[in-house]
Amino acid sequence: MAIVTAPTKACAVNPLKMSQPIGGAFAFMGLRGAMPLLHGSQGCTSFGLTLFVRHFKEAVPLQTTAMSEVATVLGGYENLEQAILNIYNRTKPKVIGICSTGVTETNGDDVDAYLKLIRNKHPPLAKLPMVYVSTPDFKGAFQDGWEKAVARIVEVLVEGPSANGLRDPLKVNVLPGCHLTPGDIDELRAIVEDFGLCPSFLPDLAGSLDGHIPDEYTPTTTGGIGVDEIASMGRAGWTIAIGAQMQRAAEVMQVKTGVPFRVFERLCGLCPSDEFMTFLSEISGRPIPLKYRRQRGQLADAMLDAHFHIGGRKVAIGAEPDLLFDLSGMLHDMGAQVTAVVTTTQSEVIERIKTNEVLIGDLEDLEGLAKTHHCDLLITHSHGRQAAARLKLPFYRTGFPMFDRLGAGHQLSVGYRGTRNLIFEIANLVIAHREENDRPTPDKWRTASRLPLCSGYRSSTGAAAGSIG
Amino acid sequence: MRSLATTVQNIFDEPGCAKNGSKSEAERKNGCTKQLQPGSAAGGCAFDGAKVALQPFTDVAHLVHGPIACEGNSWDNRGAASSGSNLWRTSFTTDLSETDIVFGGEKRLCKAIKEIIDKCDPPAIFVYQTCIPAMIGDDINAVCKAASQRFAKPVIPINSPGFVGSKNLGNKLAGEALLDYVIGTQEPDYTTPYDINLIGEYNLSGELWQVKPLLDELGIRILSCISGDGKYREVASAHRARAAMLVCSKSMINVARKMEQRYGIPFFEGAFYGIQDSSVSLRQLARLLVERGAPADLLGRTESVIAREEAWARAAIGPYKPRFEGKKALLITGGVKSWSIVAALQESGLELVGTSVKKSTGKDKERIKELMGQDAHMIEDMTPREMFKMLKDAKADIMLSGGKSQFVALKAAMPWLDINQERCHAYMGYVGMVKLVEEIDKSLSSPMWEQLRRPAPWDVLAKAMEQMQSPVAAIACDPALAETARRARKICVCNAVDLGTIEDAIYAHGLRSVAAVREHTNAAGGCCQRRIEGILVSEPSAMRQAAE
Repeated sequence: MAIVTAPTKACAVNPLKMSQPIGGAFAFMGLRGAMPLLHGSQGCTSFGLTLFVRHFKEAVPLQTTAMSEVATVLGGYENLEQAILNIYNRTKPKVIGICSTGVTETNGDDVDAYLKLIRNKHPPLAKLPMVYVSTPDFKGAFQDGWEKAVARIVEVLVEGPSANGLRDPLKVNVLPGCHLTPGDIDELRAIVEDFGLCPSFLPDLAGSLDGHIPDEYTPTTTGGIGVDEIASMGRAGWTIAIGAQMQRAAEVMQVKTGVPFRVFERLCGLCPSDEFMTFLSEISGRPIPLKYRRQRGQLADAMLDAHFHIGGRKVAIGAEPDLLFDLSGMLHDMGAQVTAVVTTTQSEVIERIKTNEVLIGDLEDLEGLAKTHHCDLLITHSHGRQAAARLKLPFYRTGFPMFDRLGAGHQLSVGYRGTRNLIFEIANLVIAHREENDRPTPDKWRTASRLPLCSGYRSSTGAAAGSIG
Repeated sequence: MRSLATTVQNIFDEPGCAKNGSKSEAERKNGCTKQLQPGSAAGGCAFDGAKVALQPFTDVAHLVHGPIACEGNSWDNRGAASSGSNLWRTSFTTDLSETDIVFGGEKRLCKAIKEIIDKCDPPAIFVYQTCIPAMIGDDINAVCKAASQRFAKPVIPINSPGFVGSKNLGNKLAGEALLDYVIGTQEPDYTTPYDINLIGEYNLSGELWQVKPLLDELGIRILSCISGDGKYREVASAHRARAAMLVCSKSMINVARKMEQRYGIPFFEGAFYGIQDSSVSLRQLARLLVERGAPADLLGRTESVIAREEAWARAAIGPYKPRFEGKKALLITGGVKSWSIVAALQESGLELVGTSVKKSTGKDKERIKELMGQDAHMIEDMTPREMFKMLKDAKADIMLSGGKSQFVALKAAMPWLDINQERCHAYMGYVGMVKLVEEIDKSLSSPMWEQLRRPAPWDVLAKAMEQMQSPVAAIACDPALAETARRARKICVCNAVDLGTIEDAIYAHGLRSVAAVREHTNAAGGCCQRRIEGILVSEPSAMRQAAE
């Protein structure tokens, strides 16, 4: 059990956290033909947009109600109405996802009521699916926005059970958390389909932000799950929720449609993947395909090869709760010591992280902890690169945003194959870093301090490498 | 202390702005920011603009007073370069929570300022106001004033809540804050007759350093650059400069004009993009400095530097000219760049098919006409869909624009080059110009494009399958049918005679001339003459083959 502490600082330095509204907007990007809309001043959207574009290197649809000072005083009804009409006329979306921001929440705009008025006033909009989520900037973080948005999408767009109540046992709903990349979703789709099941992913970022070249220019999302498919999710045999954040959406689904659910808090690592495969085998009534038996063997071998390099490492991780839980769990399974842990927001999983203390804080905190605990591997999003450079630590980038490397959307961590790749990547990073920075010299042992704390684990691996070489 | 509303009003009433000068009194009061369209607006807010304008001050702590969205979503997103302190890259925010919204965030702000001073002790702290604390009434001016006194350190309020307007307005609000609280508060260690200010230059990707060596060579000292690679002390003593160059007139014209008014520092608008612009700017700087008392030999020295650099740059670009022949470029950018880059591209032999003038002034447009001719294709506003179509139809070979429209080009499998603020190459001065040409060439000549434009194999296969099922395919499979079809084809546009008739006549009568063919068939021999000649030439061997 980890002790969770909250910050006492007045000033966050180098924030790890991002705001709720863009987390909510992100969820809407996994819907086909969607236009996410932030109800706030235009900077709220512009910052989020830039962040998404830098991460995915894709055109990202995101609009704003462009609240001005006057509109903020008078209330945002007219701006919202105009924005919806404009979007409807210009981009012909299949669905509009609306997230509030700090401005409109402080103001107290009643968006649900506004939407009713707007629908009444403009008959063409009567049937346009619009989902509104309340996501104030001053509460929660990115992951909370995603969590709320998906739950709302289920609430609004999934239809209740039909009169005959027929279910299709081969249909499965998959609710992925925002810690999964489009690449992860593709991998999961392949796995689920290999069991003869037909998955519906909500949201499905794989179709929309996986970096493909569309034939036509589309101002809305280019792929993702369609509104019709969402409506029919109540007919599935099971709902699989991935990440603790998706529990709520799965519950909403069950209450509304009666579809049973199972939450997989982790999908990175051998045991979590075993559990997942077993479950799929059970619900599909099929044996685990040969392909995955082979992959399991490869993962096991990868773990054997990599444990020399990952085992014993003191790791500092900063990430959103679910990603943190998943990754730190895998590293712990590999024998690493998860030493310095910082996350962004409350979640029930963070108490169960295999470490002594979890801090809800910023990258300054992580840097400080990594330094005092002599960590020798830093894992966080791209903003952590400055800290890694100062600490001279090998740095593995994960999560959102990852703007200074390519392929963020295809980073893989789920299933046997994904875990194997991830383990290799981290181990190789550690090896490369050691080769670059820890070459033994004739004076190395002469001048090095004999105090055990000073260079900690790294010098002992240096010795091992030296004696082998 | 002026209120924010007065400041904004004041900024709109800008006599230094050409566009503004041509407006009536009433229009001027309305300001120049277009009313933002909900649902189709893009671009940053005033806070964004203020941060962009001031963040390149490298040794200052930039503290954002607001909830996490304003700083958490945006920090670390611009690549200004610093020759010294890296403090500007550290992000500070009060990360307001719900309780702060209810009880007010002033205490938290004050504590945050203290924490920063305890931790980093910067020469100054810039405090940025954002929407939410402005809504709940946090008085950052008062907090900053109190903190300045208590900690004996400049704590500067930048009053720029996002909802007051656009990014551009934010740039100017940042300028006002500098004028009100910073410029003129300190004295430089020493002054020279060669001291200049650069205003509205942000040293992105370190591009200022492409020009600085030339200034150094001429003995011109950048007393203060607002704000690229700037330091607090430099901007505080900027009022002692002899002349100023306004690099981005859009962002900080208010600063340049008011400094001229208050301290008598003459300024001109210039750019370091392209060979001609760089030369013009250097010349102007030298002239202004000499006018204000610098020794007159500066002019001659400047000319010789310009001559040397121009010759070098032209020689470096030369080899690319034949490679760019017949290549067309589409330029989507704003302001000065809409013409300064045009000049640069023409210099390298590229043909311009269009340039955007959305953010350009009347003067800018005149310059474009001067460069591209009267029928210059000036694009007022182009939707992404139109851009995509234009590129997809290959009406341009390369698009140069800012990062926001990059995917329009890339998804059409067309070369694209970033010439806006997020670019990773520096294109300033003579060196930068050559670099730009190099980059364009690299992009244009990549062998990747050809591969990308090829259809996927399944598309080709699908097309083949379609053809298999078509009537044409049936004919192709049956030799007799194919022969009939071949013979039935009319040989010429006049549709007077078919191939079979002519072949039969040649074969039956052993014809050798067009006239003979004409005799035996109804071929008119006018337009068909060339075709019949063709048949006669090929016929003997075909007949021999038939005989064998």
